[in-house]
Amino acid sequence: MTAYWMVSDSWILTRRTLLHWRNQPAQLLLGLLFPVMVLLMFAYLFGGAMVVPGGGDYREFLLPGMFALTMAFGLENTYTAVAADAQRGVTDRFRTMPISAASVVTGRSLADMLNAAVSLAVLIACGLAVGWRWHHGIGDALLAVALLLLLRYALLWLGIWLALTAGKPETLMAVQILVWPLAFLSSVFTAPETMPAWLGTIAAWNPLSATAGATRELFGNPGWTGPVWPAVVWPLVLLAVFGPLAVRRYRRLT
Amino acid sequence: MITAEGLTRRFGPTTALDGFDLDVPAGTVHGLLGPNGAGKTTAVRILTTLLRPDSGRARVAGHDVVREADRVRARIGLVGQQAAVDEQLSGRQNLEMFGRLHHLGAARARGRAAELLDRFDLAEAADRPAGRYSGGMRRRLDLATGLLTDPAVLFLDEPTTGLDPRARTEVWRTIRALAAGGATVLLTTQYLEEADQLADALTVIDRGRVVAAGTADELKGRLGDDHLDVVVRDPDRLGEAAALLARIGDGEPRVDPDRRLASVPVRDRVAALTEAARQLADRGLEAEDLGVRRPTLDEVFLALTVRSAA
Repeated sequence: MTAYWMVSDSWILTRRTLLHWRNQPAQLLLGLLFPVMVLLMFAYLFGGAMVVPGGGDYREFLLPGMFALTMAFGLENTYTAVAADAQRGVTDRFRTMPISAASVVTGRSLADMLNAAVSLAVLIACGLAVGWRWHHGIGDALLAVALLLLLRYALLWLGIWLALTAGKPETLMAVQILVWPLAFLSSVFTAPETMPAWLGTIAAWNPLSATAGATRELFGNPGWTGPVWPAVVWPLVLLAVFGPLAVRRYRRLT
Repeated sequence: MITAEGLTRRFGPTTALDGFDLDVPAGTVHGLLGPNGAGKTTAVRILTTLLRPDSGRARVAGHDVVREADRVRARIGLVGQQAAVDEQLSGRQNLEMFGRLHHLGAARARGRAAELLDRFDLAEAADRPAGRYSGGMRRRLDLATGLLTDPAVLFLDEPTTGLDPRARTEVWRTIRALAAGGATVLLTTQYLEEADQLADALTVIDRGRVVAAGTADELKGRLGDDHLDVVVRDPDRLGEAAALLARIGDGEPRVDPDRRLASVPVRDRVAALTEAARQLADRGLEAEDLGVRRPTLDEVFLALTVRSAA
């Protein structure tokens, strides 16, 4: 019975976000269009000036990075939703109801993962339209997609933890200020070997670079590539740290 | 229905609650009064399982709030200081979602939502996003959400803060109807008039401690006797009126020439009032106003909280 209610409660909370999308489709569309805009900007505005070390088409290099970047930007969705609930007292209402903490966070993560899958699909379609291709078969391509979603899933918990700790939707600006340099200081737009050595080292170690590099390899795209394992280990480390922290923060009785 | 013994909770160096006791019998409305930062919200958060006490015990609807939190949660409703509703969902979607999360089942949740929308005058706005509701409507939706399961105990934490007088009256009407229906209500408020209007009994807290408890009348009685007030039309005859009151009342009359008011403490309200009316008429002393006044709850509140701060 408990398991039944957990599944049912999680689904009702996931559906809540689907209802948000239906009630305010503009918000969803803007969220989906933003990465597309960044993609077009880098592909056509800055792309002409970019040289991929070792040769290769910049757009082919760019797309895996854009996928990883979009997964990182998803953090802002999670943050905003969780912080708004905490501030308006909706989280407190959940906590005075006979539903488990697990259902509340599962509902949130399912909704956010659906959103991530949709935005990834949109971006893949745009990538195909601007000339990006995968070259190693569907199996490797699907593995790359799985790695991207894994990164999003790990960052989701960071988002929940940040939102429950900072607790106000207005502090989103601070999160953006944090996310943007982290996102740009990576192999997303440029290869780390083109940066000053110390900066390149940081960029190479960025979890975003691990996922971008591994997916470049799997898609058969040129430029800064890397093995699969860091793209698995990094998200798992983030998950192991921020998953328990987020749940503890939710349960905290302060 | 709600009992608390020696609840204590500290936040760092501040002691928000310091040995708080409470006893609310079933079917009554209890007012928890206190200035800002007195510990009202902390008390409510402990009683609604949102916060653990450092020490002390509390039972709500027969269950311990720490050890049997789940059972308590199944029996309570909480309406907090902000309207805890999803602003992107319509009123109906909110009620249906919270109903399903209360495990009412889809059909019952739908039925209950429709019923509550009607009862709270929200039927017309039912399908608009709650974010576009007025403050009063949002508050009513919040109250309706708290009532989805017909909770045995309802906690209202400053339910009318920030509402205009009309919306406040609406919320009061709702609370009265709930009490008439047999619910136990714990209401925190800074508005003494609200407590006076709604509560069967009151607990006044300040700095985390109970400084007084009893009915509103008992608390007012502590501040001393009722007063008989006369406002005369002719300022020159104020002295004459004061002398008259001195014979009727049980103490020294007080005179306020600016307001043309003479006032004296009295014990027997009705006898003093009729006697004063008769004697004033006999002397042809015209009064603009005549009445017996209890000390207001505001006066009681100020006296109590000033005393505890000293």
